[in-house]
Amino acid sequence: MNATEITSKITEAANILNIRKWDYGASFSNDYSVQVDRGRAKQLKASQKQIITLRVWNKENLVGITTTSDLSETGIKKALEQASVASEFGNRNEITDFSPLAKDPINVKEVDKKNPLGIKKLLNILREAESKLIGSHEAIKSIPYNGLSESFYERIYANSDGAFRNHSKSQAALYLYARAEEKDKKPRSSGSVKLGYGVEDIDIESCIKEASNKTIAHLNYSSITTGKYLVCLSPEAFLTIINAFSSIFNARSIIDGTSLSNKNSIGDLISIPALNIYDDGLNDKNITSAPFDGEGTPTKKISIINKGKLENFLHSESTAKIFNTTPTGHAGLGSKVSVSPDWIVIERSNECSELNKLLDHENYEGEFVYIEELNAIHAGVRASQGSFSLPFDGWHYKDGEKCSIESATVAGDIKYLLKNIVNIENKEELTTSGISPHIWINKLSITGDE
Amino acid sequence: MVSTTTKYCEIRFGECNKQLLEEVIFYGISLGADFVELFIENSDNSSVLAEEDFITSVSPSFGRGAGIRIFKDKRDGFVSTNDLSKHGLMRSVSQAIEMLDISQKNNTSNFNGLEKQKDYSKAKINWLKEVPSINEVSEKLLLSTKALKKDKKVIVRKGSYSRNWQEVIIASSDGTYATDIRLHQTVGLNIIANDAQYRSNGSRRFGSHGIPNEFRLWDHEKAANEVYESSMNMLYADYVQAGQMPVVLANKFGGVIFHEACGHLLETTQIERGTTPFKDKLNEKIAHESVTAIDEGISEGSFGSLSIDDEGMEPEKSILIKDGILKKFISDRAGELRTGHKRTGSGRRQNYSFAAASRMRNTYIAKGEYTKDELISSISDGLYCKSMGGGSVGATGQFNFAVEEGYLIKNGKLTKPLKGATLIGDAKEVMPKISMCGNDLELAPGFCGSVSGSVNVTVGQPHIKVDSITVGGR
Repeated sequence: MNATEITSKITEAANILNIRKWDYGASFSNDYSVQVDRGRAKQLKASQKQIITLRVWNKENLVGITTTSDLSETGIKKALEQASVASEFGNRNEITDFSPLAKDPINVKEVDKKNPLGIKKLLNILREAESKLIGSHEAIKSIPYNGLSESFYERIYANSDGAFRNHSKSQAALYLYARAEEKDKKPRSSGSVKLGYGVEDIDIESCIKEASNKTIAHLNYSSITTGKYLVCLSPEAFLTIINAFSSIFNARSIIDGTSLSNKNSIGDLISIPALNIYDDGLNDKNITSAPFDGEGTPTKKISIINKGKLENFLHSESTAKIFNTTPTGHAGLGSKVSVSPDWIVIERSNECSELNKLLDHENYEGEFVYIEELNAIHAGVRASQGSFSLPFDGWHYKDGEKCSIESATVAGDIKYLLKNIVNIENKEELTTSGISPHIWINKLSITGDE
Repeated sequence: MVSTTTKYCEIRFGECNKQLLEEVIFYGISLGADFVELFIENSDNSSVLAEEDFITSVSPSFGRGAGIRIFKDKRDGFVSTNDLSKHGLMRSVSQAIEMLDISQKNNTSNFNGLEKQKDYSKAKINWLKEVPSINEVSEKLLLSTKALKKDKKVIVRKGSYSRNWQEVIIASSDGTYATDIRLHQTVGLNIIANDAQYRSNGSRRFGSHGIPNEFRLWDHEKAANEVYESSMNMLYADYVQAGQMPVVLANKFGGVIFHEACGHLLETTQIERGTTPFKDKLNEKIAHESVTAIDEGISEGSFGSLSIDDEGMEPEKSILIKDGILKKFISDRAGELRTGHKRTGSGRRQNYSFAAASRMRNTYIAKGEYTKDELISSISDGLYCKSMGGGSVGATGQFNFAVEEGYLIKNGKLTKPLKGATLIGDAKEVMPKISMCGNDLELAPGFCGSVSGSVNVTVGQPHIKVDSITVGGR
């Protein structure tokens, strides 16, 4: 079934049920993935998925919703009926409507849509990658977490007011997480993830090299004494922190009382003035980009923190209405519409004279802790309180030498962290979740085994 | 004998689909598969959210789909689809066969037809009608959020309810043909308290399996009091001072330590990956002799209980560790095939789009002989972890989990509340340090995310003492 057919089907069913106002979001996908275990195919997987989320408005303009994977006539009719029932419980205190931007032009990135390579080719590529990674060092005994996948999907948004947009794309992902073991030492593990529009776009060799280098580098480790340290966060680690505390600039969270910000926080200085943060879903380097959100609002670049000051919140249609502004293209589609960032870009602003530019992770000779990757975000972040306590993989630099840290956590407070940035390095790096330079923080608590 | 004609051209829930299923399985075997398994699902879910004094979200959802798994030697191919027609299922079988690169056709005597249908759904047919209506749920949720409104420091009050009803058909080429209905209901309360620069959270989740009336019986006043007290106790708490120290972990959800630290490492998927230190430790001591640990799917009403697992096997009670000695691994079909450990009725998946994997069900440490006070009084400086948050375990066996509500133990007594603690450790090192088990075993529901998606589980334990563990903090 294509986008036009499904819209016609919903229109017909809505007319029969006398439902005048509705919208829907749909996703159709074909996914293929492989995993290997020491040269053998472990699990080969394919899936065809179709799912739609329907919203209907009743005579009191209250909205109800249903999600279904049954796109038969009966299935769609049942979904509309259930959404009608749910609309009786619609939220009277926050009226949801169509996005006023649902018919605005969208900016679709020019990207070649790739064709499926097929399971056999995926399997051969992954087998070879696994073999090369195991062969890269004698301590690497296995690649327990590995996978190569390709996905082809189409997203649709349409409403009874005539808005209609769809977007199809392809995406591929490779991940390799190696496990290294040496006698009388604890096992160590690290890895790498690469994304592309198709498998042919993925730099497989660099994924192998990165996974190997990172894993081997951690073979010789030692514990670290608990205390406060000068910390350098890798681009990936800093983006992890910003995404974990994105409720600070999320209008939905502010309305719900779960954010550290409030409606009047725009203009507040929440970090040092040298920091700029954007959300830029359409960035050329963002493989996962989508031209419109769940409500059909076009995706756009938005400045969140400008020279340390909170400049904009992320909005859905209903939060924008409450804040007397326009939706920003960050909505999901649900009974209660969620809001989330697309792709964060961090940069140094031009008000950076206070930074200590001698702090460079490649050259600095003083003592510091380098945090490569933060783990267990779901367990260690209290976004509504602003606190975090997270295990990490990283390094202790001291007296000109670096040593992998055996096992440690970093703990702190997001407000403290943003106000105690002591350097934002010049070079920005691309990661799977955004772009950021290395960021230095003064005195963060590290708990080690000593 | 395998039937050769099919009455219907698509799967019909609530009816006998034997002929169609046999035809699809026969097709897979004839193309060269060693084993064919079909998992077909019809789901009807609903969730309701109350915030402050209003219902802010009602979300029904429906799903239908099939997961088809083909084994050849020790490899498997898995295809999921929403197309439940005969043509759709056969196309998925072909796709799985092609993925596995099977070219040699089989002797079809590998499949002798399906056994008589085992219908586990008979007594459950009315469950969906018996669960509370959205109206009933809404009214009770609003009562619960109202019960949280105890003073001005409470700035966020939330109550959430979720009902998952799932009808499954499981058929495979070893003759298995079973149908079942599952019903899971959960209700959760969340609170945020705020006073000047101080902020705290409180939350509790309750859940059951197979009890349509459970939500009606839920004591929302008691639950609201627990959540409120927890958040108030933590509102002005100091941050925990990091370091190595003895801890006492509370019963109920305190069992997440065993779930994360050890339970995952006893799943055969971890043996297959080579990521468990316990692979070759069967019948060896891996924990303190005070520890006996169990994983089972049979406790009536418990969130992780099942009549059959997602591979059609009735669940067993597995004693994983007896007096510190490793006795058993948690195994599914692929686990048995690849590691030799017998299936335990633990093949589980979130839904049809995941292949089943060996997963925990109701997992707990058995009760010991001590009282909670005896555990606490045995510690001069340490931490009492009254309420736990989530946790995870990495590829090297290192686990971590957050402490939501903690108290300093000083000279054998509970003193001030402490926040911001994370417990970090390695199963191999921590299990021998569980030196005392209390006599107050209790279970708590939870969700476990892993290779086959998010599944309902129960964690549990009595109060336990860990002699030394790393506590992350400030």
